Amino acid sequence: MQIAAFIVRRAVHSVVVLLGLSMVIFVISRILPGDPARVAAGARAPDWVVDNLREQMHLNDPLPVQYVYWLRDAVQGDLGLSLVTRRNVAQDILELFPATFELALYAGVMMAILGVGLGAVSARHKDRWLDNLVRVLSYMGVVTPSFVWAILFLLVFGFTLGWLPTLGRLTEGLQPPPRITGLYTVDALLTGRVEVFWDALQHIVSPALALAMGSIAQQARITRSAMADNLGKDYIAALRALGVPERVVMNRFLLKPSLIPTVSILGLDFAATMSNAFLVELIFNWPGISRYGINAMLRKDLNAIAGVILVLGVVFIVANILVDMAVAYLDPRIRLRTARGR
Amino acid sequence: MDRPTPLLQIHDLRLQYRVYGGALQVLDGVHLHVHVGEKVGLVGETGCGKTSTMKAVLRVLPMPPAQITGGSIRFKGQEILAMDPRTLQQVRGRGISMIFQDPTAALNPVFTVGQQLEAVLRSHWGRRADRGEIRAAALAALEEVALADPDRLLDAYPVQLSGGMRQRICIAMALATKPELLIADEPGTALDVTIQDQVLRLLHNLVEERNTSVILISHSLGIVRQLTDRVYVMYAGTMVESAPTRKLFTHPGHPYTQQLMEVVPRLSGGGIAPGIPGRIPDYLDPPTGCRFHPRCPHAMEICRREKPPAFSLDQDHQVACFLYDPAQGSPAP
Ligand SMILES: Nc1ncnc2c1ncn2[C@@H]1O[C@H](COP(=O)(O)OP(=O)(O)OP(=O)(O)O)[C@@H](O)[C@H]1O
Ligand code: SF4
Ligand SMILES: [Mg+2]
Repeated sequence: MQIAAFIVRRAVHSVVVLLGLSMVIFVISRILPGDPARVAAGARAPDWVVDNLREQMHLNDPLPVQYVYWLRDAVQGDLGLSLVTRRNVAQDILELFPATFELALYAGVMMAILGVGLGAVSARHKDRWLDNLVRVLSYMGVVTPSFVWAILFLLVFGFTLGWLPTLGRLTEGLQPPPRITGLYTVDALLTGRVEVFWDALQHIVSPALALAMGSIAQQARITRSAMADNLGKDYIAALRALGVPERVVMNRFLLKPSLIPTVSILGLDFAATMSNAFLVELIFNWPGISRYGINAMLRKDLNAIAGVILVLGVVFIVANILVDMAVAYLDPRIRLRTARGR
Repeated sequence: MDRPTPLLQIHDLRLQYRVYGGALQVLDGVHLHVHVGEKVGLVGETGCGKTSTMKAVLRVLPMPPAQITGGSIRFKGQEILAMDPRTLQQVRGRGISMIFQDPTAALNPVFTVGQQLEAVLRSHWGRRADRGEIRAAALAALEEVALADPDRLLDAYPVQLSGGMRQRICIAMALATKPELLIADEPGTALDVTIQDQVLRLLHNLVEERNTSVILISHSLGIVRQLTDRVYVMYAGTMVESAPTRKLFTHPGHPYTQQLMEVVPRLSGGGIAPGIPGRIPDYLDPPTGCRFHPRCPHAMEICRREKPPAFSLDQDHQVACFLYDPAQGSPAP
């Protein structure tokens, strides 16, 4: 009941944010130089065609009216045509989004497990060689951009060692699994096609890890410092002093409070991964939405830009809600405050 | 007079905190012992190292920065500082347990009272106990410290409770393991005076009932006077005087103790020392010889050079001060 109230409040909040976001997107797409009707009709179309089109697209109406039309279409899944692909932007997004989402999902899992794991190891061996090693690696992880990792993994795992495939989501010739979620590994499992699952998994490891590296390093640093801080707290000393085994103190009573800062940042990192994936998608020839978005920007494909921003905005909002829920789960102080209606 | 091995014996304990810019030489040869059934007080102004000493006993000092550089701590004759983790875990809780100074800091904010209390109980009952039994024991522990509605309390988080309740819960946790020796670090100091009184009375009754040995840490001579058999006075990481409680109040030997007595109005339970001239020395560069010499009205030449050993005024009355050195020949004040 506490949680339900929390979700409702966050949902209302999100709708407001989304509306705001849509207005910004709309205004930007109308303020930018260039006549959408002319763009849609093509450079060589006669003027009267463009005029007709302008009327059809409600471009002669005042801006607020245009916004309402635009919003109505957007809600119905009509984001307009992409100049580049000449298809409905919504259709493009539907096709490309799952690829990037799957990538980000695996990257997110790696961030959580490797980041927190390394941080915990580091904290437990504080100031000894293992800790120092992790810290040096973290600095490297933080300062190295993901495309460098991508190229490195491609060269090392893909070519030199030959362990992992280099390009795309699946080996060429392999039939993608029937589309259920659009995530190849998930769909393959759902339809029981183990060899496809295995192939897709091998394809996703390198790009996901490349995307995750920076955040893994960041999580490790945050987790380490949170655990090291909390290790000196009296509530840890008190349990130890009363004979609670070291293992329980560490894995339960130290870990949970130390995860709070990590979780908050993890969620945002996950969302950011989706928009920052374009170079990695380019390098691994990954048919994702991030690459599509950058292409759209380079070619001033306004409808596509608006669509991508909208979708990524939604991802950010949802990630935020999930983060808030996770933090509320971990930290009763926040949960109790929310329940009291604050 | 031959007495049996003390329950706890701290001998010449030295401890430092490594910090940026050097090492804080906090404990400089601390001695203390507690016999079975004894209630011992430990008094000294803030920062003199009372908590550090007791955390060292249970080996729960944050390391780093803390570092024990010498001395020994024996529990029933066994060296705690050299104990393997298994034996140490046996001593913690069942042998010695501790009520920490600040109940708010001593309770984990993201776990319920029950989760913490039950973790303590479970570690002592091991696999023998099932959930129901542990829960029942937890309820009983809370009832013992006179907390109403224990069922609801077990599911509450520390933030939902008042300071007095948190203090009682910390007491309940420390007693739930049925310790032979209880260390109580300034219980109730964080609370207002009436509640502090209730808490102290409760604690007193509980340890009387079980005949638990106690080390009671306090700022306040008044509290120690009512509740203990013997008192240690600590100054800047050294033990300056120890005596039976009555004797300490009637014949304080150490100049520092004497000043404490003058500063604290005899009957009130008020805090220590706003009136003692000077301040606690800097642990990065502590005074040579007797650490009290910069503030001592009787300081002599030797006090600056040498650390005073403990001189016996009586069988049971020790003072670490050269005024009581027969070789110095000067009369005690
Ligand atoms: N973790 C730490 N790092 C550095 N210095 C510390 C640490 N803990 C304690 N100290 C220092 O050690 C000295 C003794 O501290 P301690 O807490 O033992 O004193 P105390 O007698 O219990 O004081 P109080 O009456 O205020 O509780 C203080 O000067 C304090 O600053
Ligand atoms: S040893 Fe010297 S300085 Fe220290 S208390 Fe005694 S007289 Fe004062
Ligand atoms: Mg203290």
